[in-house]
Amino acid sequence: MSTDVSQNLVTISIDGKEIQAGKGELLIAAAEKAGVFIPRFCYHNRLPQVGMCRMCLVEVNGPRGFSLQPACYLPVSDGMEVVTESEKVKKAQDGVLEYLLINHPLDCPVCDKGGECPLQDQTMAYGPGESRFVEEKRHWEKPIPISDLVLLDRERCIQCDRCTRFADVVAGDALIEFVGRGDHTEINVFPDRPFSSYFSGNTVQICPVGALTAVPYRFKARPWDLSQVESSCTTCSMGCRIMVQSSQNELTRYLGLDADSINHGWLCDKGRFGHEAINSSDRITAPLVRKGDSFVETTWASALELISSKVSSAQAAGDPNRIGFILGSRLTNEDIYAWVKLAKGVVGTDSVDSQLGDGLKGEVIASLRRATINEAVSAKAILAFTGDIKEEVPVLFLRLREAVKSGWTKIATIGTHGSSLDKLSEVTASVSAGQLQLLAKELMKESSKFPELTKLFTNQGVGADGEGLVVLLGRENLAWDQSVVEAFALELSRALPRAKFLLTLHNANFAGSVDLGAVPNMLPGRLPLGSASQATRQKWAGLPDRAGRGVKEMLVAALQGELDVLFLVGSDPREDYVDSALANSALDQVGFVVSVDTFLSQSSAKADLVLPASSFAEKSGTTTNLEGRVLTLNQKVAPKGLCRPDWAIASEIALELGDDLGFDSAAGVLDEIAEVSPLHWGLSWNRLVKSSAIEGMMIPISATSLSIRPKAMLDEISTPGIASVWDQGLPSSKTAYVENGSTSADDKPAGEPSSQTVAGPLEPIWRLAPVQPLGFMNLAYSRKLYSQGEHLRNSAHLVHLVVEAKCQVSSKTAEKLGVSSGGSVLITDKAGGEGQFELEVDDSVPNDTVELVRGSFSISGFSPVRSDETVNYVKVERA
Amino acid sequence: MSTKIVTARVGVPESFLLSTYLGHGGYSALRKALSMTPEDVHAEVMASGMLGRGGAGFEAGRKWSMLKQDPIRYLVVNGDESEPSTFKDHLLVENDPHQLIEGTLITAYAIGATRAFIYLRGEFALGLERVQTAINEAYAYGAIGANIFGSGFSIDLVLQPGAGAYICGEETALIESLEGKRGFPRIKPPYFPAVIGLYGAPTIVNNVETMSNVPWIITNGGKAFAALGKGRSTGTRLFALSGDVVKPGNYELEMTSKTFRELIYDPDLGGGLRDGRSVKAVIPGGVSAPWIGPDNLDLPLGQDEVAQAGSMLGSGSIIVLDDHSCAVRAVWRITKFFSRESCGQCTPCREGSGWIEKIMHRIELGSGTESDLDLLLDVCDNIAPGLTWPPQQTTICVLGPSIPSSVVSGIKMFRDEFMVHIKEEGCPFVH
Amino acid sequence: MSFFSSENLEKAQVLIGLYPEKRSALIPLCHLAQGQHGHLSNEAMEQIAELLDIQPAEVLGTASFYDMLHTEEVGKYLVGVCTNVACMLGGGIELLEHASDVLGVPIGGTTEDGMFTLEEVECVAHCDKAPCAQVNYRYFGPLANGDFDQLVDDLRNDRLSESVPPHGVLSQVFRDAPAMVPLEIIHRERRAMDDEKKARLAALNKDAGGNQ
Ligand SMILES: Cc1cc2nc3c(=O)[nH]c(=O)nc-3n(C[C@H](O)[C@H](O)[C@H](O)COP(=O)(O)O)c2cc1C
Ligand code: SF4
Ligand code: FES
Repeated sequence: MSTDVSQNLVTISIDGKEIQAGKGELLIAAAEKAGVFIPRFCYHNRLPQVGMCRMCLVEVNGPRGFSLQPACYLPVSDGMEVVTESEKVKKAQDGVLEYLLINHPLDCPVCDKGGECPLQDQTMAYGPGESRFVEEKRHWEKPIPISDLVLLDRERCIQCDRCTRFADVVAGDALIEFVGRGDHTEINVFPDRPFSSYFSGNTVQICPVGALTAVPYRFKARPWDLSQVESSCTTCSMGCRIMVQSSQNELTRYLGLDADSINHGWLCDKGRFGHEAINSSDRITAPLVRKGDSFVETTWASALELISSKVSSAQAAGDPNRIGFILGSRLTNEDIYAWVKLAKGVVGTDSVDSQLGDGLKGEVIASLRRATINEAVSAKAILAFTGDIKEEVPVLFLRLREAVKSGWTKIATIGTHGSSLDKLSEVTASVSAGQLQLLAKELMKESSKFPELTKLFTNQGVGADGEGLVVLLGRENLAWDQSVVEAFALELSRALPRAKFLLTLHNANFAGSVDLGAVPNMLPGRLPLGSASQATRQKWAGLPDRAGRGVKEMLVAALQGELDVLFLVGSDPREDYVDSALANSALDQVGFVVSVDTFLSQSSAKADLVLPASSFAEKSGTTTNLEGRVLTLNQKVAPKGLCRPDWAIASEIALELGDDLGFDSAAGVLDEIAEVSPLHWGLSWNRLVKSSAIEGMMIPISATSLSIRPKAMLDEISTPGIASVWDQGLPSSKTAYVENGSTSADDKPAGEPSSQTVAGPLEPIWRLAPVQPLGFMNLAYSRKLYSQGEHLRNSAHLVHLVVEAKCQVSSKTAEKLGVSSGGSVLITDKAGGEGQFELEVDDSVPNDTVELVRGSFSISGFSPVRSDETVNYVKVERA
Repeated sequence: MSTKIVTARVGVPESFLLSTYLGHGGYSALRKALSMTPEDVHAEVMASGMLGRGGAGFEAGRKWSMLKQDPIRYLVVNGDESEPSTFKDHLLVENDPHQLIEGTLITAYAIGATRAFIYLRGEFALGLERVQTAINEAYAYGAIGANIFGSGFSIDLVLQPGAGAYICGEETALIESLEGKRGFPRIKPPYFPAVIGLYGAPTIVNNVETMSNVPWIITNGGKAFAALGKGRSTGTRLFALSGDVVKPGNYELEMTSKTFRELIYDPDLGGGLRDGRSVKAVIPGGVSAPWIGPDNLDLPLGQDEVAQAGSMLGSGSIIVLDDHSCAVRAVWRITKFFSRESCGQCTPCREGSGWIEKIMHRIELGSGTESDLDLLLDVCDNIAPGLTWPPQQTTICVLGPSIPSSVVSGIKMFRDEFMVHIKEEGCPFVH
Repeated sequence: MSFFSSENLEKAQVLIGLYPEKRSALIPLCHLAQGQHGHLSNEAMEQIAELLDIQPAEVLGTASFYDMLHTEEVGKYLVGVCTNVACMLGGGIELLEHASDVLGVPIGGTTEDGMFTLEEVECVAHCDKAPCAQVNYRYFGPLANGDFDQLVDDLRNDRLSESVPPHGVLSQVFRDAPAMVPLEIIHRERRAMDDEKKARLAALNKDAGGNQ
């Protein structure tokens, strides 16, 4: 969290120069801001300091004169006098470097860190010439794998405690530790308990030497071969800022960038190592058209022609809703806008959706008051009713964990099964679908039937109107229909008009999809279908004349033979739609399926026409994260084969249909978005790149929020891999990042933000939950970070991590079933579908509930979640 | 016959049992203390001027005054005793555990501790048995637990075994260890235990001998204690004498009442050197302290007196080297100790200690060079800049700057001996 | 997975209950495990982790810091010969060499019959009996070579089983004290004590006020 220090300034002198610093700020950071770089190894701005390496010793005046003090551990105080350049300081620092090197293997030529190693760099800058150490060095077996993704070379380790601190303090996975004592101290894992943390890659990024290296990057490149651009991860909706690095048109590595409002430099491993999928040789690189049971390559021209003829004949049938579009989470804002414009403006159908049964209705999302991540972590209290955040939005979990551990906020979690948030929660309560309405209405009432929750929130100072409360809202249980969650959210929003909502849905750019109208009944800017802006009317060829269908309705329509053409743009309903049985039989019935994709997914493999799309890092654009922050994505490599950006494909199709969408670059699309959507007023590519690259911009932008606050300086030793590539003279964004950005007058957008209202308040609609049939159990359906997905399947080093589908019950339930952990059970749904699963005992699952963890079972055709049920029950037996 | 305070019952049969202790008026000091106000108990200790017996020599009463008055605060007794050649606490815990417990309880009352812990060196198997037995007895007797002797004061006392790590004698490392962690010393500031200690709460850490003096002070008054000794050195001290003397052992002496020479040669005390040899060097205050030569033997055994001679009284241990012992070998062995016991946090201490030990070993074995001596001093200088006493430091705790003491003393006092090792490529002494 | 015997599990619960924060029981539990099994096995560390609600790696990280906690198997008798300064002056280094010859193992080694593990130890605070040794932390000294041979012979022939229990059995006395005073009661008591003290000081200040 950033705090405003301007109130509390002190004056200190560094090497005779007076500087101002925030009271209590660490000397090392204060000096850095004043342009004095004090060398360091163990200090990291995002970790609690330990003062162990002793590299940052400087002379500080105290009651007994000047003495050597660790700058990383000393808070500044008024009148402090500091000397960083004396003989004494130099000798101490030389001494530390010499000590660090005596047992260091000096195998820089074969070390992945070579060229970006703070030890190497600081030795050049501060170190003595040659070593006086003639004894035998310390030896360890090297390197040893400590997980599937991370290798450890203990000879290179300088015991800075960064990795162990990260694992313990930040990630909460204390799986690596110091072992032994004195100069026999090593980092290690417990035997047979690998460092299988979702966040393990961060330790590689912050290791100041080559002790921890990433398996996927091993021997891949040297910093001087690399170039890089800033971007945002699109693996989930968090929008973590990253540096994308490549060598010779091949992506080599992603590193986390320290965005204060977003990811603090951290990434999850799925995001970090996902670049391997983009390099995969299984990518679709040319248009494919179905010939019987297989595909043959075709040209773009004939593919477009085919589409045009199919669309025209469907249009001729008179009902525009016979054509549908399902957009997936890969898409940038520009892609989404282009496809929405194509669908709604050119084809004339409103049947466009982007929520595959694991999201929420666009209109509901649009009507809830948004909270930012920073608002959430500093909220008086948090109510969490969400899918497991560690599994679905992993880095948000780190932010929340920090907030709770630091005492900034307190969390109450409600739901139907355990989640990683439980351990951080002050109160956890299980709820049934039937209790939700009452809960929403009574939450802050004295007489509440949920006294534990109410008491916590009241004690935390949450107002009766919800002031100070942030609700983390997601899909806690995918076996409950989204309408249950929507009714709850709307009811709560009505009861607590000042509570705010942070939507913790997993899919990247779900927010952009809603904001840009990729849902039925809405237009870009969250405008209702009937209230298109003036600009929209000008820019668009036409508008749908009737409301369209959402994904579920499209699938049902397809089943009844009412869907002629379906566009799957980066979406894979056969695998991803919760009711995969419905998706599978419905898609079989569609007249013509066009899939725009990067891999042959389950859906695209059965499509009639497949168009090759550019992947992440092969195109530029923007994405909107879960809090409504618009962030840039930058192209780093050329698209593979004949791949094209999705927005360009939409343009081509429009042209083929006789309409010009009117843009020829992603920046051009963004400009049009800013014109058409009141929500996006003030956005432009230039502005995003120039002034606020790292943090992006929250929308809607108010005229005042256009001045950008100063950004943190880059500590090259915190993130060695990034600074070293900059040293190669790349890229232009370096200046944007390091300099304090401010917008010049002529960069201001014309006019003022429009006050046009977004979708008005909605009424909660409560549907009666069905009665639990005798002999059936509650079903909880959840996803893990490494649940199946096309991206994972194609990432060489992540594919092993994919989890098998499994079924979890409490030990009591297991006893009742007569099955123990590892045994197998048969699950039968209400429609008689059956699936067999391995059982795992987990006491975070309530009795009488069975939790199904998503794995690859949708392939078998068994879908325990029926989209026509409000709440799903299943029968569980010993297999 | 000089006054015996902490060793009054040493030598009494079954001195460690409650019955014996009660027979000697045991626990009457606790009863007396509980009838006084905590401030008055504190005032007595203040008046005694007693210096802590753990090594740093900080006045106990003053330390208690510095305890931050948070609602939760702890008392931790430091019985880790691992400073080489210190074996005084060993004697006290095995022979008079009830005296220690009584002193601890009185202190807990005076400072209003929430809970008290005795952290005992793990290797003291017998001591652990004796203290645990005594604690069990004291609970049964009503001296520990709820409403002690009907006074309305309650406290629990927990015995914690260490597990073999010298650094856990350092008070902040001890606290980490007591929290179930690696014994990594914490950085002062801000981690002064009296402000931020165990579980982050204000904590008083006192040595076993310090605690063992408290019952006597309460019974006889702080003034009576202060009447013993001279200057800042009040009361008696247990001197642990070892090395090349005829009668090594623990001797409780009124402070400053004897000189080093008297302690070493008095027939009732050290009994002189074996085979009529002469003193080559004395290591006072544990191996962390700089050595003193025969010219300093007439120094009285007092805190300030030893400090003025450029060393320290420290933990009260005194090692005597005679003229048949090899100084180089002694220095090497001491550096080996520090290298093994460095906790490993600070680069200078972790790497420097190992490096110094390797060089010293080479010299002792005869493969050193003359330039090694300068190298040694420079490597030491990078741990304790200036090689002054008391030392400056580049490390978190003072283990680091303790490493140079013996090296610098050795090279300063016995450079010739080092040179003989180097020139003759081996140790000239017979072992 | 259960490593601790039911009796020791009960003891473990008592130990955990002694501390305001569970993790403090880590070292005592490691000793308890060693007492049961002779050394600290992975299974033991895993169960300790579970009891303390931490990761096994954290137990290992802490345990490996301490010399007395052995994660590898050691002999029934752990023989530690001190060679630190006071013992060195009395012939400790030579005693260690002798011990190594007699037992036929290098420092750190264990005899084939699993009876003895030889260690070089730092000062064990028995310096007035230099050179000294410890066997399972029971002290012996001063030891001439012949005394050491006798000691080994006695141990081999079970003549010291009374005073020297097998490795890992540290304190043979367990806490049998009654239940702890609940911390809430202590806190209430202390608050009252502090209030009284404040009142007394205030009164004192008032009295002294005139003199200043
Ligand atoms: C490296 C090191 C080792 C120490 N070892 C011990 C020890 O074994 N026993 C002890 O009582 N104090 C030891 N101390 C001193 C303690 O930090 C602390 O000052 C002492 O326990 C306070 O008790 P006192 O005030 O009663 O002397 C050691 C200090 C250092 C720096
Ligand atoms: S000086 Fe040595 S023992 Fe002290 S904290 Fe540093 S590394 Fe540990
Ligand atoms: S001690 Fe300050 S950076 Fe390591």
